[in-house]
Amino acid sequence: MTTQHTQKPIPVPDEASAPFFDGAKHGKLMMQRCKDCGAWHHPVRIYCDDCLSPHLAWQQASGKGEVYNFALMHYVYHPAWANEVPYNLTVVKLEEGPVMETNLVDCKNSDIKIGMPVEVAFVKLSDDVTVPKFRPAKKR
Amino acid sequence: MTMKGKAAICGLGITAMGKVYGKSATQFAIESIDLALKDAGLPKDELDGLLVYMGNSTGGSNDYSSVFIQNQMGLRGLRLFSYMDGMGSTASSMVQYAALAVANGMANYVACVFADAPLRDSKVSAGASFGGGKRPTPPGILGMKLHNGYFGANTWYALAMQRHAHLYGTTSQQLGAIAVSQRQWAMKNPMAQMRSPITVADHQASRFVVEPLHLLDCCLVSNGGVAVIVTTAERARALRPPPAYIWGMGQAHRGDNTRAMPGDFIESPGARSKDTAFRMAGVTVEDVDVAQIYDCYTITVLIALEDYGFCGKGEGGAFVADGKLGPGGSLPTNTGGGELSGYYMRGHTPLSEAVIQARGQGGERQVKDHNVVLVTGNGGWMQHHATLVLSPLAK
Repeated sequence: MTTQHTQKPIPVPDEASAPFFDGAKHGKLMMQRCKDCGAWHHPVRIYCDDCLSPHLAWQQASGKGEVYNFALMHYVYHPAWANEVPYNLTVVKLEEGPVMETNLVDCKNSDIKIGMPVEVAFVKLSDDVTVPKFRPAKKR
Repeated sequence: MTMKGKAAICGLGITAMGKVYGKSATQFAIESIDLALKDAGLPKDELDGLLVYMGNSTGGSNDYSSVFIQNQMGLRGLRLFSYMDGMGSTASSMVQYAALAVANGMANYVACVFADAPLRDSKVSAGASFGGGKRPTPPGILGMKLHNGYFGANTWYALAMQRHAHLYGTTSQQLGAIAVSQRQWAMKNPMAQMRSPITVADHQASRFVVEPLHLLDCCLVSNGGVAVIVTTAERARALRPPPAYIWGMGQAHRGDNTRAMPGDFIESPGARSKDTAFRMAGVTVEDVDVAQIYDCYTITVLIALEDYGFCGKGEGGAFVADGKLGPGGSLPTNTGGGELSGYYMRGHTPLSEAVIQARGQGGERQVKDHNVVLVTGNGGWMQHHATLVLSPLAK
C-alpha cells in the first residue's frame, strides 16, 4: 500500500476559499456575509441566495453552534479511514445560520446528541492547511 | 388545455439486470431502446425523439452519451434530443417533457432512456462502485468535506433517518418493514435481483453502512438499461401494447439548503410536485391504487409517503409497520421490489414497474385494481422531485 492511499485527502485552498483557510491557520472561523442583507454563508458562494447581491465580505463567525444532526460511518470507502470506523459525520448549525458538514473531536460517538452545544476546534493538517472541526462546548 | 390523457407510454424495454457483465452503459441503453421499439412494434426510423440519462459508470462523458447513442443507432430523423440530469427525478421529468412535445406536434415517438454499468466482474464490492472513495480531492472547501469523510449518498439518508427518529421516534424496525414488504414483492418478480425472503430481524442483523442505516435499508447496484417510448394517446391506441396513459405530471426542485431551514433532512419537495400532478390528473391520494415510490433507501419511501399525504408528517413509521405496502396490503407499493430488492435504475425503476402494472402485465405480482398508478422520482439528497400519474384508462 502506498502512502498516497493511506493518508486522508488534504484540502487544497483555492483563490475563492483562501480567506477561509487563512483564517483557520490563525484560529478564526471565517465565513462570507452579505453586505446588503446581512445573511451569513458557508461554503463559498458568488451571490447571496437571499437577495442576489454579489457583495459578500469575509467576516469572523462566532464558532458556536449546536449539533443539528449526525450519523456514524461504518463503511470504509477509503483505506485512510480503515482504523477509524465508525467515525462521526456531524452537521453543525452555527449561531449565524449556516450549517457545516464536519466531525466532532474530543467526543465519544455514544456521547453525541442532537442539540448539544459545540464550539469550533482547529486541527492542523500540514504547515499550509488547518481545518475547523467542532468539539463539545465548554461550560460557560 | 389539460394534458390529462393526451400522451401515453407505448413501449417499454428492460434489459437483463444486475450482475450482467461485458457491456457498457451505452450498450445497455441502446439495447433497452431496441427492446422498447420492439415492444411497441415500431421500426427505429419512426423514433424522432431521444432523451438520455446515464449513471455514474460513464464518468465525465455523460453529455456525450446522447450523441453516441444517436449515432450508434443511426437515428437521423430526431426532432427532440437532449441529455438530462435531475438525478433520481430524471425519469419522470423526461416523460413529462416528452409528453408535452408529442402533444404539441414537436415529435411523435420519444425514447426516454437510463442505463448504467457500475458493476465489474471482480472482487470490488457493489458499495465501492459508488461513493467516490477514489475520486480526486476537489479544490477549496469541498475538499474539506472529503477530508471529513463524507462519502456517497448513504450519509445523507442516514442523516434523514437520524433526524426523523429524533423528531418523531421512528424506529429502525419500522423502516425494516418497508424492506420486508418490498422483498415480498421482489420474490414475485423474475427480474428482481434479490429474491430470498427476509424478516425485520434480518434487517436488524444486517451490518450498519452509515448508522442508523443498515445494509438492508439501501438500494442495490445494477448493470442494465431501461427505456420507455412516449407518444400521443391516439398513436398509442394504434399500437399493440395496452397504453399507459399519462394523467398527471409535476415537478419540484428545492436545490441545496446551506443554512438551517424547516424540514431539513425530513422533508422532500414531493408535496409540491404531487399537487401539480394530482390536480392535472384529477385524483387524490385516496384514489391511488398502486404506488411506485422512489426508494434509494427505506427512509426515502417513508418520507415520500408523508409528503404525499398518505399519512401525516412523522406518522410514516406507524403507517408502514403493519406491512400495508406489501402483497395483499392496502397500499401496494414498489411492486417489483423497487430499487431495494428489484433493480437500481434510478427513476426508471419505479417508472418501468408502473408501466407494467398499468398495463396489467405484472403476472404473479399484478395488482388487481390498477387504474391509478403513482410514480415518484427523488433526486440527490431530496433536492429534486418529479411525479407521474399513469392509468390504463384514457381518462
